[in-house]
Amino acid sequence: MRHLMSPLDLSVEELYGLLSLANDIEHNPGKYAHACEGKKLATCFYEPSTRTRLSFESAMLNLGGSVLGFSSADSSSAAKGESVSDTIRVISCYADICAIRHPKEGAALVASLKSSIPVINAGDGGHQHPTQTLTDLLTIYSLKGGFSNLTIGLCGDLKFGRTVHSLIHALIRYPNVRFVLISPEELRIPDYIREDVLQKNEIPFTELERLEDAMPELDILYMTRVQKERFFNEEDYVRMKDFYILTKDKLSMAREDMLILHPLPRVNEISVEVDDDPRAVYFKQAQYGVYVRMALILTLLKWRDGLC
Amino acid sequence: MLNISGISEGFVLDHIKAGMSMSIYKDLKLDRLDCQVAIIKNARSNKMGKKDMIKVECPIDMLDLDILGFIDHNITVNVIKGDRIVEKKKLHLPKQVVNVIRCKNPRCITSIEQELDQIFILTDKEKEIYRCKYCEEQQKKKHRMVR
Repeated sequence: MRHLMSPLDLSVEELYGLLSLANDIEHNPGKYAHACEGKKLATCFYEPSTRTRLSFESAMLNLGGSVLGFSSADSSSAAKGESVSDTIRVISCYADICAIRHPKEGAALVASLKSSIPVINAGDGGHQHPTQTLTDLLTIYSLKGGFSNLTIGLCGDLKFGRTVHSLIHALIRYPNVRFVLISPEELRIPDYIREDVLQKNEIPFTELERLEDAMPELDILYMTRVQKERFFNEEDYVRMKDFYILTKDKLSMAREDMLILHPLPRVNEISVEVDDDPRAVYFKQAQYGVYVRMALILTLLKWRDGLC
Repeated sequence: MLNISGISEGFVLDHIKAGMSMSIYKDLKLDRLDCQVAIIKNARSNKMGKKDMIKVECPIDMLDLDILGFIDHNITVNVIKGDRIVEKKKLHLPKQVVNVIRCKNPRCITSIEQELDQIFILTDKEKEIYRCKYCEEQQKKKHRMVR
């Protein structure tokens, strides 16, 4: 039985299969409308989430399955002090597959070690958020036709932004990928990503503070939100939150075929005037999030049943 | 000159960095063994200037070489039988260590679920980097478990 803890749990070939399946789901939704009939997805969300939880639920409902779960730690047995290990053992009796989000890093891995059903990490603190990465990859794959020969600008909170870390890990497996890392000094990419991932694999990258300086060379601009919940200190958060705002003016320096991605929710970092620009694909990205989760649920259930 | 008599069967840990012997004594749980243990601190050494040594009179299989390799793989392990050194064991960095160091990341699941084993995995042999199995945070060797 396989779980999904990190985007790297999937080989390049498996990822290609998953993205192809997601593409087929997008174009032939009727073919998959009953694929999970009689199956149940448990969504165990120990911290607030709107789009991730709802996109999982939407994905399972689109496949003809049903969903059960909880949407905060307060409404689960965690409030009574139950461990993640115990909770997942119980959930395994109720559902066929589980998506878990937890504020603590490694919580999904703990669940997967004790689970008898496939576990999907739907975000574990600032650590991994693999289905967001799969969403990002499907968006790029569908709209750019592949991952090779791209210059990708990652902008905003590169220190705590788990989506950024996961995306870098996933994209370095493709040839001629280059990164432009745009962040304030305090929110630069962590050393272990810079040294152990980028430098070690000889991936070209530059680090900049000004978004305008990077704009003309980018194929993809991946904007991120400065996340309040990742700061221990309110003062630091207030100082950082409006550091980057993408406006029409700044966008005028970008290529015509550049794509703007954002994991959402957006706060101030992308001005609403940009939303109508054809390069702004972040709402389309949310739709791809449903397709890729449908493909993932189908794939993990198939692997569990030995039908791969 | 301080004299510590030799041992007829057991092992001698040599070339321990000066000052490290007491923590190694605890990490190897030597306090739990019912046998003779001699700790020599600040012994003169041509190679190191000063060094610590530990002599233990017990079978070698009582020694957790993985933990020792993690603490310092430059320590020499001499196996003694019949009053003679019969083997010098080479230490390696273990691929993983369990309950030797504690994850200090306050965001790690191990910070709230105390019953979980503290598992660290060797991710970079050259730089001797270990990362928490759960949160992947790099930890320093000084964050040893209190046994």
